[in-house]
Amino acid sequence: MILIFSDDNETALEILGKGREIADSMKIELGAISFGNEETIFASGADKIYSINIASSSDHIVEVISNLNDQYKPEIILIGGTKLGKEVAPRIAQRSGVGCATDCIDCSIEKGHLIVKRFVLGGRFLETLRLLRKPLIATLLPGKFIKKVDKTRNGEIIKIPYNPVESKVHILEVKKKAPQELKIEEADIIISVGRGLKKKEDIKLIESLAQALGGAVGCSRSIAADLKWLPEERWVGLSGHKVKPKLYIAIGISGQVQHIAGIRDAKTIIAINNDPNAPIFKACDYGIVGDLYEIVPKLTEKLKKQV
Amino acid sequence: MPEIIVCLKQIFDLGQIRVDTSTKCPLTEGVARKLSDFDKNALEEALRIKEKHSGKVIAIIYGTKDAAKEALAMGADEAFIYQYTEEIDHLGIAAILAGSIQQLKYDLILCGEASIDEYSFQTGPRLAQVLGIPVLTYARKIELNDGEIIVERELENRYEVSKTKLPALVTVTKEINQPRIPTLLQILGASKKSITEMSPMKQEVGVKILSILAVEMKRKEVIVKEIDELAKVILSEK
Ligand SMILES: Cc1cc2nc3c(=O)[nH]c(=O)nc-3n(C[C@H](O)[C@H](O)[C@H](O)COP(=O)(O)OP(=O)(O)OC[C@H]3O[C@@H](n4cnc5c(N)ncnc54)[C@H](O)[C@@H]3O)c2cc1C
Repeated sequence: MILIFSDDNETALEILGKGREIADSMKIELGAISFGNEETIFASGADKIYSINIASSSDHIVEVISNLNDQYKPEIILIGGTKLGKEVAPRIAQRSGVGCATDCIDCSIEKGHLIVKRFVLGGRFLETLRLLRKPLIATLLPGKFIKKVDKTRNGEIIKIPYNPVESKVHILEVKKKAPQELKIEEADIIISVGRGLKKKEDIKLIESLAQALGGAVGCSRSIAADLKWLPEERWVGLSGHKVKPKLYIAIGISGQVQHIAGIRDAKTIIAINNDPNAPIFKACDYGIVGDLYEIVPKLTEKLKKQV
Repeated sequence: MPEIIVCLKQIFDLGQIRVDTSTKCPLTEGVARKLSDFDKNALEEALRIKEKHSGKVIAIIYGTKDAAKEALAMGADEAFIYQYTEEIDHLGIAAILAGSIQQLKYDLILCGEASIDEYSFQTGPRLAQVLGIPVLTYARKIELNDGEIIVERELENRYEVSKTKLPALVTVTKEINQPRIPTLLQILGASKKSITEMSPMKQEVGVKILSILAVEMKRKEVIVKEIDELAKVILSEK
């Protein structure tokens, strides 16, 4: 069996798509630990649902999945690579004395082995790994895999008795991030800004362009982490958010490898920068050399007229 | 007085790694090495806790003596180093770390959330699992008080303030602090501190690396001259 879990419902459905493909090629079952709507889970590919009240405590999730592993001995455990997923997967692997690969962008079966691919060394290299012993555990990058829905599918629900483990960690407070901080991963158009911006108020320029195009505003690490002009949700790159828009416009961003690592999957990249030697011009599809303070307002006006 | 252990990894300076044009493999010969960025945040946090509560900071480093000197110059009291020439993965690293830590007294273990070369996020959670102690990941704020630790964690859509009893393991993000740069005096002073070389036993591996190859990035790299032209491109690509 392949066992699927993610604390994020969307990610879980995406992984079910990949899981279904592998399960078919190995002729084994696909099981999902219940998360939300059961019909959707079956439609997305699961044969079985292990229904349990998953608490959000990672201690509990580690316990539940480890117990399912002991009982059902799945060949493969695929976990959504959310922050929580990347914490629980290695813990489950360590308990079972096996390896684990995180943030995989691809996984496949070759001659009965699970082969995964992930970025390393600042996103400039792709590592291919083979997991050696069962259960083969990997976390898959959210937003990377495609859901497949077949509403005629159905399956079996297995209720798992609820034995809450006492979590060693007590959550005192949860502060939701502000709602305007929309998930940048989901944006089709991203207008991103970097250190080329002189002051915080000038973000207005970028926002107007984003508005004209119906896009989201993103930024480099400097803008989010050092200057704190935009929230971290907008931070694109290796250590920020990895995005995959149709159109990415980098404004006043030099294009260091760590930033580029976050936009590899963008379909088209456009750069606006006043330094003709900026590395971004070697990593974009279209570029214009010039002062953003001159280009951005004019561009916004033109686009407003035509959109 | 808290005894704090910080786990650090020495990595290649990623910016200096070049690509072998024929094999597409990374070329690391002669590339400078340094402590991984977030691990330094972990060390910095340990030093700040020590400044507030006194106690002791021990660095356990996967790397060379140079890496130990860097950590000692920043302010660690003592360093343990280990190197490993055979194949190793996170399963083995966690076992080696746990083996040495079990012989030490500790209240708190700090790790970077991930190393910047591999970005696996595995070492901290695995180590806590072997030691059977609570783990709090992605910390951007830590407060120690009376045998307990309160941590503000950053998750995708929320911040979570959590509490647990010591001993515990915490992995930190780079937002937690700005690591100090040691002064010349501290660098010289570090030479008097103790560095112990460990010799880890052979470890079992759980994954095998088949290849590490440069990612081909093919972009058009077209430079346009006029804003009008740029607008046209944008409208056709959106
Ligand atoms: C471990 C690690 C992880 C990292 N992760 C990330 C990450 O996830 N995301 C990220 O972005 N960075 C990351 N970085 C940082 C990265 O290396 C760069 O420092 C950062 O991306 C630079 O941001 P920037 O392009 O905004 O600023 P700069 O590099 O300062 O570039 C500013 C650019 O603006 C241009 N400019 C200036 N004025 C104007 C003007 N008037 N008009 C037009 N252009 C102008 C300049 O020519 C320059 O190219 C990471 C670094 C490390 C070490």
